[in-house]
Amino acid sequence: MSELLSIRDLTVPLPATADRRYAVEGLSYDLAMNEILCIVGESGSGKSMTANAIMGLLPPNMRPERGEILFQGQDLLKLSEPALESMRGRQIGMIFQEPLSALNPLMTVGDQIEEVMLVHKVGDAAGRRARVLELLDFVGLPDPKSLRDAYPFRLSGGQRQRVVIAMALALEPALLIADEPTTALDVTTQAQILDLIRRVQRDKGMGVMFITHDFGVVADIADRVVVMEKGLIVEQGTVDQVLNRPQHPYTRRLIAAVPHGEGRQNQVAQGRPIIETRNLKKTYRSGGGLFSAPREVRALAGVSLQLHAGETLGIVGESGSGKSTLGRAIMKLMSVDSGQILFRGQDLVPLSPSQFRPMRRHIQMVFQDPFASLNPRQTIGRILTDGPVANGISHASAAAKARELLSMVGLAENAFDRYPHEFSGGQRQRVGIARALMLDPEVLVADESVSALDVSVQAQVLQLLKSLQERLNLAIIFITHDLRVAAQVCDRIGVMCQGELVEEGPSAQIFDNPTHPYTQKLIAAIPGRNWDPTTSLTERVDA
Amino acid sequence: MPEGDGRNMKSLDFILRRLAKAFFVVIGVVILNFLLIQLAPGDPAAVMAGDAGAGDAEYLAQLRAQFGLDKPLPVQLWNYLSGVLTGDLGYSYRNQLPVLDLIMDRLPATLLLTGCALVFSLVFGILFGVIAAWRRGGVLDSTIMFGALLFYATPLFWTALMAVLLFSIKLGWLPPFDMETIGANLTGWARVKDIAWHLVLPVVTLGLFFTAIYTRLTRASMLEVMGQDFIKTARAKGVPKGRIIRRHALRNAFLPIFTFASLQAGQLVGGAVLTETVFAWPGIGRLMFDALLSRDYPVLLGVFLITAAMVVLVNLIADLLYRFVDPRIEQGA
Amino acid sequence: MSFTRRFAAHPGALIGLLLLAAVLFIAAFAGLLYPGDPWQSVGPPLLPPGGDPLYPLGTDLLGRDIAAGLAHGARVSLLIGVISTMAAVLVGVVLGAIAGFFGGWVDDLLMRFTEFFQTIPAFAMAVVLVAIFTPSITSITGAIAIVSWPPVARLVRAEFMSLKSREFVQAAVTLGQRPLRIMFSQILPNTMSPIIVTASLMVATAILTESSLSFLGLGDRNMMSWGYMIGAARTMLREAWWLSVFPGVAILLTVIAINLIGEGLNDAVNPHLRGRKD
Repeated sequence: MSELLSIRDLTVPLPATADRRYAVEGLSYDLAMNEILCIVGESGSGKSMTANAIMGLLPPNMRPERGEILFQGQDLLKLSEPALESMRGRQIGMIFQEPLSALNPLMTVGDQIEEVMLVHKVGDAAGRRARVLELLDFVGLPDPKSLRDAYPFRLSGGQRQRVVIAMALALEPALLIADEPTTALDVTTQAQILDLIRRVQRDKGMGVMFITHDFGVVADIADRVVVMEKGLIVEQGTVDQVLNRPQHPYTRRLIAAVPHGEGRQNQVAQGRPIIETRNLKKTYRSGGGLFSAPREVRALAGVSLQLHAGETLGIVGESGSGKSTLGRAIMKLMSVDSGQILFRGQDLVPLSPSQFRPMRRHIQMVFQDPFASLNPRQTIGRILTDGPVANGISHASAAAKARELLSMVGLAENAFDRYPHEFSGGQRQRVGIARALMLDPEVLVADESVSALDVSVQAQVLQLLKSLQERLNLAIIFITHDLRVAAQVCDRIGVMCQGELVEEGPSAQIFDNPTHPYTQKLIAAIPGRNWDPTTSLTERVDA
Repeated sequence: MPEGDGRNMKSLDFILRRLAKAFFVVIGVVILNFLLIQLAPGDPAAVMAGDAGAGDAEYLAQLRAQFGLDKPLPVQLWNYLSGVLTGDLGYSYRNQLPVLDLIMDRLPATLLLTGCALVFSLVFGILFGVIAAWRRGGVLDSTIMFGALLFYATPLFWTALMAVLLFSIKLGWLPPFDMETIGANLTGWARVKDIAWHLVLPVVTLGLFFTAIYTRLTRASMLEVMGQDFIKTARAKGVPKGRIIRRHALRNAFLPIFTFASLQAGQLVGGAVLTETVFAWPGIGRLMFDALLSRDYPVLLGVFLITAAMVVLVNLIADLLYRFVDPRIEQGA
Repeated sequence: MSFTRRFAAHPGALIGLLLLAAVLFIAAFAGLLYPGDPWQSVGPPLLPPGGDPLYPLGTDLLGRDIAAGLAHGARVSLLIGVISTMAAVLVGVVLGAIAGFFGGWVDDLLMRFTEFFQTIPAFAMAVVLVAIFTPSITSITGAIAIVSWPPVARLVRAEFMSLKSREFVQAAVTLGQRPLRIMFSQILPNTMSPIIVTASLMVATAILTESSLSFLGLGDRNMMSWGYMIGAARTMLREAWWLSVFPGVAILLTVIAINLIGEGLNDAVNPHLRGRKD
């Protein structure tokens, strides 16, 4: 195999204000023709930095300090901007993370693909237009003829990512760089895009550099793997070596934190449910006027479920499935069109906001975004005591309880007087959990509460939730898009699709014997399904 | 096609809603005028007569009868509204002419001045803004932005006076007052050239203030677009910087500039009042100033109503055009 | 970096601060620097600047001291600029907060109202208002406030709408906090930075509007103002340039100073919008 790309001792300093000196330091790795190299790491590991350095797209205040980027034997760092320009798109193609913003909203899809050929002066007008149709068809988009003249806003996220891939492939580059290309996509779309990238790579014999944080994706797609931590390479090797026989403790820790499909031991639900929904319906309406009908989106199409004390019910679905609407409806953060929400037998739906307010403390919520869920202008102490104070508890006893809970969620007691920006994402999520527990709730709704966290932090927060549940006998509704996480922490799982609860049952059953076709499709799309991280680690311990 | 029909219906809905809104704004201004007459200190009839007519007791009595000023307020409002909607904007006792005639006589001069100033400021504002954004952080950027700050912070009327002082009084290059040479009786091409010559100073003074605004806006808008993901996509495709600016950044940055320019229509009118006052430009701004001096309230309120209606019209046209500029908005056909 | 250090790192903002401090000083001590009535004629008429050290900026047609006029004019400009802005911000914040927080028909109603005031030509309306209610410091301040609140209302509404759906506000709802408390303790403190930036720039615009009004003869007859001085000197441009040049420079410097401070504030509260120079 000939080396397509060789990175040698690449070192890029960070601006002086950053918390570490180098974005990446002393990076060296190779990428051959016809192979897929995965760069894997958590946020802040510097994994995307090399991609930008190769493309010459680093921000202007970051210049490589030393090292070489040899592409087909030529050092890209020594090339002039025009020389790089003629190389970009022609010999090196790139795909990005956010398909929704990666396309120019005011230019048709066809024009944007054609532009690659136009600026590199390839072919004549008629030939380019024919090639656009060919590419749209090749990346699996329906009806290329009408799609060519469509504007990006008419396309779904997955379709837009296919357009970006078509653009990157237009001139059949030797190297394709994919920077987290499936992170923003739903799991079934992700599976399709991964398939597409694999097929393209095989068809064209390209070298692919694939940047990701997801070991499941690595297991599915990689030939070789580079693991990065804080700007350094900690381990590299073939996919089999790194995934099944990891050497470096950091890699081992990451792999240990990967959620896996082992369903947890189910408790048997007993007695009266603490919360129950009956035939909950909600339709969003927007627009409309004298002559046109409003646009309708069915978010909840008659959802019925039950939850018992001490039990975790997972609600799993893709974006637009209505899973978040369900959580918000139960919290009464939004109204429903019809149906009942019974809390200890009392219907919450007809209650007015002021009637429901005294009952709010029984049902609490842990939010998704650790950065948006805490008021940046309040101290942690204020954030925690606001709830009890609003419910008539004295400030002193609320403060005492806050300190107690801070240590329960694993934070230092002096956190009380500090502001949210002084904490990391994982720590903030602990504050969010403490806030929800301040009111001694019986039900906790966790809406994508670990989705924004890195995998190792995610595992810690899940562990915390589990231990708190056991101590406090909480009933938890755990809303997530990630079936692997759900299987790990939930007793039962409900799968939602287009506002309907299509299947519900014990986690192990959902995972091993799904009956509904949609659930089957969802399970089949989970990345890294054929790789079991637990065996690789136990093997190592045994050896 | 049903889908196409749906979109047409949506456009029809939009146009109707927009027309209704424009209509109600104009009605609102009429009501506001009526309220001002009522709330003004003194006799409403005296306000409607203006200072010149207030001494004429017979005229005041005639006004009272015409508008039913002794009747309940709703009746008065109705009389006033129906009067305005049939084109009766009141009567200028001082000029002995209907207000509408006075305004219509002056309107073309103002449209010429503001139209030229708008084109001037948009062309140069966008040009300077793009250059500043392109050379961000450089000397050219700093120079342009300092110039923009300077003209943004200078009172329009003072710029006008200083321009007269420099270019007319000291250098003698350009005519300081009026729209054409008085008594020259030029015709045809010669007259056009004469007007164009008189137009230079007013247009540039009025235009510079708005050029400053559009320069700042264009730069900010360009920088925001340049930070977006699709610009990085274009760079990754190997698109050269000049083409990125022209084809990707400017086209997207133009939308907010376009919206803002239509919202600024009202400001342009305000600027015209000051500019026309200094340059003795025979437009409705100068008419307003003369009305101020003689306390000719009907003319004042009439000019206010007509300028508001003009701004509403400009906004309406801009909103309808926007639907064709931005493909993301559902458009008819 | 802290707010003050970010602000201080902005050379323009510091220059602006110095300039404004100078204007404030002159305004505050105008009575001491130039005791007596600035309308009183004190010297020979139409004395050019530099002609007499007693009147360094010269005198006008009636022998009034230009420098004294400028010092007293600073008071009017700043006073009207600040008070009209405060009134406009108050109205804008209240209407914007209610519209943004409650949404629905309340929002519709308030926004139609705001759009109405935003559509009609602001300066023409200010002229009509002041003319009808006869020029006085109250009518001028009121007219400027009436034409300048709509942008504040729209800004505050947009901020409230976006913050309302932010998770920390949702959290406050689920904790059982009352709507009024959520508005004041959760949302309002997070909208202060953009409001302060906007308000600072509005003061500059208000000063320009005030000077334009008094230039047209719509100034308070009892108070000397920069705009009035230029307006009165307009017909004397050929004979006595200094009558209109100095007051114009005073307006220009004051407005530039406030704009520079506003830009510095803006950069200091939105660090991510700053240039990539450093």
